[in-house]
Amino acid sequence: MNDEADGDLLLEVQQHAAIRPLRYGFALGRRDFFKLLGSGMVVCLSTGPARTQESGARRHSEEDLPQNIQAWLHIAEDGRVTVYTGKVEVGQNIRTSLTQQVAEELRVSASSIGLIMGDTALTPYDMGTFGSRTTPTMGPQLRNVSAAAREILIDLAAQRWHADRSSLVAADGEISDRNSHRSVAYGELTKGRELVQMIGDDPALEPPSQWRIAGTPMPKVEARAFVTGKHQYPSDVIRPGMLHGKVLRPSAFRATLKSFDPGGAKQISEVTVVRDGDFVGVAAPDLGTASKALQAMHAEWAAPPQTSEATLFEDVRKAATEETDNPGGPPRFTAGSIERGFSSADHTLAQSYRVSYIAHVPLEPRAAVAEWQDGKLTVWTGTQRPFAVRDELAQAFRISSDKVRVLVPDTGSAYGGKHTGDAAVEAARLAKAANRPVKLVWTREEEFTWAYFRPAGVIDVKSGIRRDGSVVAWRFDNYSSGPAGLRPPYAIPHQAIEFHPTDPPLRQGSYRGLAAPANHFAREVHMDELAHLIGMDCLEFRMKNLTDARVRAVLETAAQKFGWQRDKSSPTRGLGIALGAEKGSYVATCVELEITGREVKLKRVVEAFECGAVVNPNGLENQIAGAIMMSLGGALFEAIHFGNGRILNPHLVSYRVPRFSDLPKIEVEIVNRKDLAPAGAGETPLMAVAPAISNAIFAATGIRLRSLPMVPDGLPANPPGTHA
Amino acid sequence: MPFLLSVNGAEHPVDAPPDSKLLYVLRDSLGLTGTKYGCGEGMCGACTVLLDGKPARSCQAPLSTVVGKKITTIEGLEQNGRLHPVQEAFVGVEAFQCAYCTSGMIMAAVGLLNRNSRPSDEEIIDAMDGNICRCGTYPRIVEAVRQAAAKGSAQ
Repeated sequence: MNDEADGDLLLEVQQHAAIRPLRYGFALGRRDFFKLLGSGMVVCLSTGPARTQESGARRHSEEDLPQNIQAWLHIAEDGRVTVYTGKVEVGQNIRTSLTQQVAEELRVSASSIGLIMGDTALTPYDMGTFGSRTTPTMGPQLRNVSAAAREILIDLAAQRWHADRSSLVAADGEISDRNSHRSVAYGELTKGRELVQMIGDDPALEPPSQWRIAGTPMPKVEARAFVTGKHQYPSDVIRPGMLHGKVLRPSAFRATLKSFDPGGAKQISEVTVVRDGDFVGVAAPDLGTASKALQAMHAEWAAPPQTSEATLFEDVRKAATEETDNPGGPPRFTAGSIERGFSSADHTLAQSYRVSYIAHVPLEPRAAVAEWQDGKLTVWTGTQRPFAVRDELAQAFRISSDKVRVLVPDTGSAYGGKHTGDAAVEAARLAKAANRPVKLVWTREEEFTWAYFRPAGVIDVKSGIRRDGSVVAWRFDNYSSGPAGLRPPYAIPHQAIEFHPTDPPLRQGSYRGLAAPANHFAREVHMDELAHLIGMDCLEFRMKNLTDARVRAVLETAAQKFGWQRDKSSPTRGLGIALGAEKGSYVATCVELEITGREVKLKRVVEAFECGAVVNPNGLENQIAGAIMMSLGGALFEAIHFGNGRILNPHLVSYRVPRFSDLPKIEVEIVNRKDLAPAGAGETPLMAVAPAISNAIFAATGIRLRSLPMVPDGLPANPPGTHA
Repeated sequence: MPFLLSVNGAEHPVDAPPDSKLLYVLRDSLGLTGTKYGCGEGMCGACTVLLDGKPARSCQAPLSTVVGKKITTIEGLEQNGRLHPVQEAFVGVEAFQCAYCTSGMIMAAVGLLNRNSRPSDEEIIDAMDGNICRCGTYPRIVEAVRQAAAKGSAQ
């Protein structure tokens, strides 16, 4: 891993550590506790989740993945290939793209390969599926494994025939001998035995320019199961004797249970009521009965007074300022001398940008089915981090991790929102009490309330620019929203960039791209403001300050396809442009929108994207177009509203997400760099959409919108910062 | 007295309270998990089924109101191992990512084509606007419905 990738990984891990755990305060019976530990001295270590995550990361980095082939790949006697990976499929289409890469190097048909994914009992340890890391790390890992297996198969055939290895060729699941025209199927060579050799240091991999299966638009694996309803998502899992669970949620965040009376719930037949610490839940034969039992209970909660949305942005800046100068703390980058930069500038500009809390809204809410058997726990759940959830369960129930198995069936999306095991822990607690398997599916309201959010924040930018359009000073302070994507892709000689974390009012955590979309929003809107300040074309201005050839290439591609130079904005038609670089991939986005009164309607989005060599152009186009669609929500209207420890809009009727009627014409231009290693693509396509929209609104109306979402109720009646 | 439901051409006795929502009866009593829970509020369309050929939100339909109606779920579209043209078009276009919304999308599209065999893009968007795809595959879904319509899927 290079330094930058290392840094990205660290940000992700820090973000996981920062997700505040839901408070259950499980107090397993004292007897249970001693039963588990045996007699003798009990030493209780208090380890917060942050520490656990950190040490977890150190213990198992991506560097020390198992390097023996049999951990990753098995070839059965009938030639069927099974591949094991701890990554999970949540719609990003890696089941397909990884299959292609195995097929490529092992030289078998894709249809002969099956992937076992995200099963802690069967797959090698994996930190989790996040940070666009599957393509740059798991892809090469499985290509290496497959190439090593292929070479072993050639060795086996050479031994069997006493033939010269160099005359043997692997293709279509067979080794053949060019001299004698003999051939033997892989399965016949292995007879289903494990390939126990280690993966060599440098197996010969096909370069992307020679790919025959990888690099092609292969359709989604097992697509038929998804259009017939046969695929079982985590919430579809059914176990014999299974009950349905429901949890009594606290009155507000940070609430503790003051008093509890099960009321009539205990009289309902076949209902198990659980109260453990601050956790209250029920298990019942069906959801209707579980709901009835919940309604029959009486609970009193005590919650501290909590801040409301009205003062959020002031609070964030205030709280953070107090924490500055934390040694070894939050990310900070400097280049040149910011003072010298400002003194050499002809103009300076200072502006603030804001981002609201938004929700992931995975269409499948958090769900888990938990089953205890002989002190062992099995949980089927939708999570991006099956091994972390395994450890979370082990910790919650004070059992060792090897007594817990977590399986992640291909899940109904996540977007960074399914990093924790809340539903898994809850289902397991209920199942333990009921002594039966329990399914728990969060309601949409629970999902909107008790999951975590993309952090809100304030970003202050102060810049210095010369008359010729070169940006010479760049001061960038992010309060609370996050440190991902902090650094500009522009060649600016003097920079001072800092992230200031705060103790946030809401539970917050990862979201597709982490804070990079927020930082791109602030940066790219600010760049646009600078271009207008000195009267330069927005594209020309960006090009003037860009030296990175990959960024320049996507910017040129998008601008050309869009017709940037040809077209002009008018009061009813706005054109905007923005760019981004993150996680080793590059994006530029042009938008056209229509203004009718106070209404803003997006008409056309052209996005150019480059992520090195493309593994699956079909899946990539789908990801890019989908990311554009998703980012429209956070740009235009999505926002979580809250006050005093409650979410005020925890329903789809009050939290608007993009729908068919929001769909613009989307044109995706993929720049395929077969000379470069593939990078991930699940996040970077989001980066430039919101700023391009802000810039287009300004171009049409002169109204500069610096807060996300920009037009939750249409254009502001009394716009801030109107020019003229 | 159990209710008798006609689901995908077969009669099923169901013993549940009359106000039970059809979604949970399908999923939990009949094991037909292809129909999805997305919001329970009729706002996302993941639970869409056909009642007498018309799309309906099964999370909003009390059991007592669907007795005597022909209920079709995603599991009932495939006939003798052959996909319905809308299912085929969804596979062909790959009009999904995580595909959790797909059952509801397909049922909504089949319902649309049942009453309008050649919808315009505006009519497709209008008919499907109650269905959410959070992965944002809307352009491909519109394309899949176009293709299915072109093949004359109305039945």
